[in-house]
Formats: sequence, structure tokens, C-alpha cells
Amino acid sequence: MAKEVTEILDNTAVQRALMRIAHEILERNKGTEDLVLVGIRTGGDYLAAQLQQKIAEIEGVKVPRGTIDITMYRDDLGSRNDLAMGQTDIRFPLGDRKVVLVDDVLFTGRTIRAAMDALIDLGRPRNIQLAILVDRGHRELPIRPDYIGRNLPTARDEQIEVDFNEQHVPVGVSLFK
Amino acid sequence: MNFPHRHVLGIKQFNAEELNFILDTAESFKEINTRKIKKVPTLRGRTIINLFFEASTRTRTSFEIAGKRLSADTVNISGSSSSVVKGETLEDTARNIEAMHPDIIVMRHGASGASDYLATRLDCAVVNAGDGTHEHPSQALLDALTIRQHKGEIAGLKVAIIGDITHSRVVRSNIDCLNKLGADVRICGPKTMLPPGLERLGCRLVSNLAEALTDADVVMMLRIQRERQGKTLIPSLREYSRYFGLNENNLKLAKPDAIVMHPGPMNRGVEISTAVADGSQNVILDQVENGVAVRMALLYLAAGGETQSED
Amino acid sequence: MSGILIKNGRVIDPANNIDANLDLHIVEGKIAQVGQNLVTENAETVDADGLLVTPGLIDIHVHLRDPGLEYKEDIVSGTQAAAAGGVTSLACMPNTQPIIDNLAICRYIISKAQEQGFANVFPIGSITKGLQGETLSEMGELKEGGCVGFSDDGLPVVSSELMRRGLEYADTFDAPIISHAEDLSLVGSGVMNEGPVATELGLKGIPWVAEDAMTARDIMLAEFTGGRLHMAHVSTRGSVELVRQAKARGVRVTCEATPHHFTLTDEAVHGYNTNAKMNPPLRSVADRDAVRAGLADGTIDAIATDHAPHHIDEKNVEFAMALNGIVGLETLLPLTLKLVEEAVIDLTQAIALMTCQPARIIGIERGTLGVGSVADIALIDPNLTWKLTPEKLHSKSKNTPFEGWNMKGAAMKTFLTGKVVYSR
Repeated sequence: MAKEVTEILDNTAVQRALMRIAHEILERNKGTEDLVLVGIRTGGDYLAAQLQQKIAEIEGVKVPRGTIDITMYRDDLGSRNDLAMGQTDIRFPLGDRKVVLVDDVLFTGRTIRAAMDALIDLGRPRNIQLAILVDRGHRELPIRPDYIGRNLPTARDEQIEVDFNEQHVPVGVSLFK
Repeated sequence: MNFPHRHVLGIKQFNAEELNFILDTAESFKEINTRKIKKVPTLRGRTIINLFFEASTRTRTSFEIAGKRLSADTVNISGSSSSVVKGETLEDTARNIEAMHPDIIVMRHGASGASDYLATRLDCAVVNAGDGTHEHPSQALLDALTIRQHKGEIAGLKVAIIGDITHSRVVRSNIDCLNKLGADVRICGPKTMLPPGLERLGCRLVSNLAEALTDADVVMMLRIQRERQGKTLIPSLREYSRYFGLNENNLKLAKPDAIVMHPGPMNRGVEISTAVADGSQNVILDQVENGVAVRMALLYLAAGGETQSED
Repeated sequence: MSGILIKNGRVIDPANNIDANLDLHIVEGKIAQVGQNLVTENAETVDADGLLVTPGLIDIHVHLRDPGLEYKEDIVSGTQAAAAGGVTSLACMPNTQPIIDNLAICRYIISKAQEQGFANVFPIGSITKGLQGETLSEMGELKEGGCVGFSDDGLPVVSSELMRRGLEYADTFDAPIISHAEDLSLVGSGVMNEGPVATELGLKGIPWVAEDAMTARDIMLAEFTGGRLHMAHVSTRGSVELVRQAKARGVRVTCEATPHHFTLTDEAVHGYNTNAKMNPPLRSVADRDAVRAGLADGTIDAIATDHAPHHIDEKNVEFAMALNGIVGLETLLPLTLKLVEEAVIDLTQAIALMTCQPARIIGIERGTLGVGSVADIALIDPNLTWKLTPEKLHSKSKNTPFEGWNMKGAAMKTFLTGKVVYSR
């Protein structure tokens, strides 16, 4: 089935949005002290790397960054086909840290719920904040992002994809109808 | 990737891609075992029954921990406390257990084919924790995971398996698994302990220990059961140890970075000398550690796998 | 003259070297005439156009389980199964409860079969009392009472001395000793043929040499004593060869093979199919082919089923725990005809292996359509195809590895002493 593709954000717009998010994170957290980034595999992980770089450009500090895989925390085992599982890789303690959880697209909120459970199993952060490149609505859980690249109302059956190049750098966001 | 299997009965049912997928999944679960809070909610609300008709502290504990770390409710039923001693058939025992709606039955049984038998008669998933002298898939997978951990790639490795091949369930699963993953498997043991047609399983028979060990990347020693000595298969443990035991001297024939494995429990001074068992090349405790991760992977995949019966 | 006239059939009667389109006239339970275009008055006519008319088949190796194990089979159900398979005479093995080692049991079987049965039943007495392998049974009295041979089937006679004396003593009364040949120490706790399949399945193997070693001993004892030896269910290349050589030397030895051993191999055990578990076990391809060669060159004298009914509960268990044996009476004919189709043997050989040759081994006056002989007759459609459904078997037990097989060939009518005992 051929789908109609619309580019929502181009490369420049994505970079601009990420830079703005980086500034907002620093502003809200008053710098980089105790700040860590955790990206949700795999898109959020790539974006967290971008944010880490941008924060370093602004503040000259490389904040710790980790990866979290939420497969083990999903609530749909038995109704999904893909059972592949990635690895969680967080090589620093989360206790008393300010954790910015990063994902590419926010939809139902179930992934974020799983990610928060996963994070809490790993330690007790001072707080968890949520950074999202695209918020497309249709929440099924009371979850609200702290940093948003772009709000984009969508229909339920549409699809949003963040495109990455081979170096895992985001180059655009597309909408599939 | 999906997992088109309802049950885990043996290595026989998997192709190389699926074996690697199980190992990758186990790799992901390994991280949990090093956490302070060693528990994830993956199988929350699922019930796993460990039905062990043979005593096996190691395997049962490993499966139990695996289930618990996945938040499943695990219940252990052992042969001696079950109705089997009262003359109940395996099918009836299993059906009674199934009536309590477990999601997975993990079974160890003394009869070869017992888990195949159960799988064709029950609706819940069956995971084979060792059936007679047939298969022991989780052991073969944890061995493969351990080899991968130490050697990176399994393909092309020379693996020597030494000991009582006839009475080992581990060895059939191991030969099949390692062969599918591209290793070169050689087998050695006294001829009284080598069943016919081994080559058909994907391995090569070599005539003596020295030949088996030469240039090996992996040396896997099998347990020799003490009760076999002095009967018809071997005259004594002393002589067995002399010709088929691994020690510091003959281990030098293997590659310098060869790893030494044993499925346990070991007979120190029989199939393996204490110096080797405690030496720098042994990875025996890694095997045990990887066992939990592999069993978590198998339980997860069995719970999330094909919901309809394969046949 | 009244009676029954079987018209237009192809009469195959190897005992009399007949294979021709002939009519057959039965009067008062005996064969009155065999010839072309017979004209009879008031005879009931049976049209056998397109059918084979053969002597009723003879199976010299059957476990009727009666007395004692009637939940598996009894004389009525077992002989019904026989009749449905075209079998009119069978020899039943002594491992009943109690054992056929005394005249009372022998007479019970014969009289129950005569009163209620659908086939002639010829008991085989045990070689040793209670199958204990210790003292000889009273063979003289048993023979006089109707036993046609002696066997400890299911078990070998372990003591060579006792086997020697059994061969000598049975020969005193002109009865054959039927040997179940296996060296139990080599069998150990084996449950299937030793070989690659057993290795793969992790099941304990029974090596072929367990059968060969005992076959060799028994042949030597027969040669030494001059007694008459019949080897039951030969299943290995070696034992076929041993019999072949012994016959060439003039030893008084005969042997039988089962349809499952010439049809299946140990590959049938895959999936832990307990209906592929029997003793002797299903063997390798080389063994199966040797059995076929033995049938082809006449080394093997008879096809016998080793019909061994077991209750579902005795098979629906772990492989190692399952009892040995399968039902065979109703698959004897199609599986033997399959050998003809595969050009292993010709049709006359096939019928001889199921009629006059086994009759000769146990010394019964059956298996012939000669004028004056008892009218035990099978009308066979060699081309009828049917699918084997265990539930439809006449035997009380359904333990067959041939479930779902498409069989070709079936008995359409079975006559016992001139009376129809089965009609398809």
C-alpha cells in the first residue's frame, strides 16, 4: 500500500529544535550539575547523543549519557510479533541525578511509562524530565513532556517517523498518511 | 524478530538464526543480573511451574531465579513430592498441573522424549530442562553464550567434547548447537561410551585425548558418573582419569587461550584435575552465570512466542 | 449337490501349484471340486470376479492374551481380527496368564475358539514351565492336547543346556521349538535398535548382535541335537544369513519374518512413537533389506505377524516405559501384497508365505485348496485401497504404527470350514 509522505521538519528545523531543547534543559536545570541524559532505544538514543553534543557546545561540559531498552517493561507481550530486545547501557549511578529521558516521537505514552519504570529499577533519580522531538498527541496515559521540538496534531492511523542518516544524525521528520 | 515456536524442546527445532536470536536476547538479560534490583516486570502475572522428576539443584535453581527475575510466579514441583510415586501417569500429572493454568511448564524428566510427549498433550508452553539422555537445550545455549562471551565468534572454533557421550543429554544438544553455529566439534571418549551414528549429529570422532585437545579453542569436559566405574563401561575412575582426564599437562596441547568448560557437577581428579578446574582458563562459573540469562531468554520467548500449537 | 460355488475367481493355491481362473465348490465344509465352469445344483453362488481365491491365511505368531489379559484381546476379538485380515488359522503364544504350560489352559483355548471363535486356533505351549527357564513343560501331553509347537516367546531360553534338552525332547513328539532369540545381557535396558536414530533420540539401544548371537547358538544346538528349530521374527541381516547357511548345511531350521520388519525401519521411532516399539525392534535399512532378500530367496519360510495387542494406557506413556508390540492380523495381507507390488516376491510366493509354508512349520493340515481339504478360504481383492483407521480395527487394541496409511489389498470374504466368518 503506497502511503503519502509529507516532510514535517527539514534538517535545519530539526537542528534548530534540538538546539532550543538543549538551551531549555540548561535553563531549567540551571546548568549541568547532576544532569544526565538517557535515550530510549533506538531513535531517542540517537537524539540524546545530539543533545549531549549541543549541551557541550553551549556549556563546554559533556554530560553523562546512557541508553535504555524498554522491551522488558512493555505491557503487550503475547500480542506482538517482534520479540527482539536491545540492551540497556547506563554506566553511571542514577541515584539523586536529574534524568532527562529522550525519545523521538511521543504518542500514547506507554513507552515513556515503561521507560520510567525501567529507570526507577536502576536507581532513584531526583527527578525525571522528558524531552521529545515530536509530540503527535493521542495520549493513553497522563504523561506530559517537559521539552518539545514540535507539537504535531495527527490522525490516529497516521505515522510519524524521524529520519536518521548513517551517522545516526537526524535529518528530518516525515508524516505518512 | 519473531519466535515461531510454542515450546522449547531441543536445539533440534532451531536454525542458526534462531539460536543467535536466543543468545542475543540472553545477552540483553545478562545486564539485569548485575543490578542492585535484579527484577524486571516482563513476565508479571505469568505462572511458571518447574516440574522436576529428577533432582537437579543447579538447573532447577537457575530456572527458578530466571523466572523470578522476570517477575513470574514460579512454583517448584519435584518428582518425589508429586503423584508419580503413587502410580499416576505423566500425562495425568501434567494435565492436573495444567488445570491450574500455568503459562509455562519447565520439565526435567528421566525419560528421553518426555518433554516431546508433554508438548503434544498440553496447551501451555513446555520448556525442556533435560529429558533422559536426549536433549538439554538451555545447557547448550548457556555454553554457546559463554563461548561467545570469551571468543566473540563461534563459527570456525575448534571445540573438543570429552567423556561419556552415551549417557549425556548435554552433548547431543551441544553438538547440534555448536554445529549449527559453525564450530568444528570433535568428540573423544572410551569406545564403550560412544554411541553409533554420532557423526550424523554433526561432529567428528577422534581416537584419543591428545588428538582432541590439539589446537582446540574450547575444551568441554563431561561429567563421568561415579556409579559407572567397575561395571562394564570403564574398569575404574583411576584409569579413566589417566586416559580421558584433563590436567595441566595435556591442556597445553590446546591453544594457549583455550577455555575449559564443564556442565557440572565436577568430579575433581577424575575428568578434570583441581589445578585445571581452578585454573585461569576455566570459565565454569561464567557458564553458571550465563545459565540464568539464557533461561530468562527462553522463558521470555516461550511466553511471547507462537500462541498456537506448531502442529 | 448343494453347498457353495465360488465362481470366476483367480485361484492361487501354491500347495498344489495352481494359479488359474477356476471355480471352487464347497460341500459340507470341505472342498468338493476345483475346476473350470463347474456346474452345480442348488449351490449358493459367490461371484469372485476380479478376486483372488486363496487358502485361508495362516499366522503362526499371535498373542491372543486369553486367558488373563482379556482387556487387551480375547479369543473372540482376536479371531475376529484374524477373519477380517483373511486369516483362518493362527497359532497363539503361551505368555498368557496362566501360561500355556498345562493341558487345562491348552484345552480352554481350543474349546473357546471352537465355540466362539472366528478362526482355528492352535496353541503353542511353553518350552519351560511358567516361562521360568528352569524346567521343561510337559510337552508330550501338551502336544497330544493340541499344541503345535513350543516356545518361550517374549523371552529366550537363557540356559544352553535347557535349550538343548528342549530341542531333543520336543523332537521326541515331532514338535518344533520356536526360538525367541535375544541375548538378554546384550539387550540390557535397551528400548530400540542401537544405531544413529537411538543416538539422536537418546534412547538406549539394542544391538543387532543380541539377536545374531542367540540365533547362532540355537542353530548350533539344532544342528547338534537334530531337533526341529523355528526362528521367530528374524529381524537382522545376520540372523537371516545364519539361517541361510544353516539350511544349506541341512540343519532342520525354519524361520519367519513380520510385516513390520520388512516394511519399517527404526526411523519410525522418531517422535518417540510408542507404536513403533516392539521386540525385536525395528532395525536399520540394511536389516530390512536383508529380511526382504530372505523372503525372496526362500530363506524365510513364513510371514507371521507377532500380533501383540496392548491397551492404549500401555502405549500412551514415555517411550522407555511403553510395552513392546503392535497388532498385525489386519495388516498382514496388504503389507505382504505391497512386497509383490514392489517386486520383492511374486504373488504365488506371497500366498505361500502366508498359507502352506507356515502350515508345514507347525504341522497342520491347512493352507491348501486340494480337493477334500477343509474349506478355509480367503477371497482377496488385491486392488482395493483403504485407509487404516485404528478405531475400525476389529482387535480390541489399536496399537499400530500404520495409522493413516493407505493400504492396498483386503480380504472381501473369509470362509472357515465352508462358512462365511467375515464379509467386507
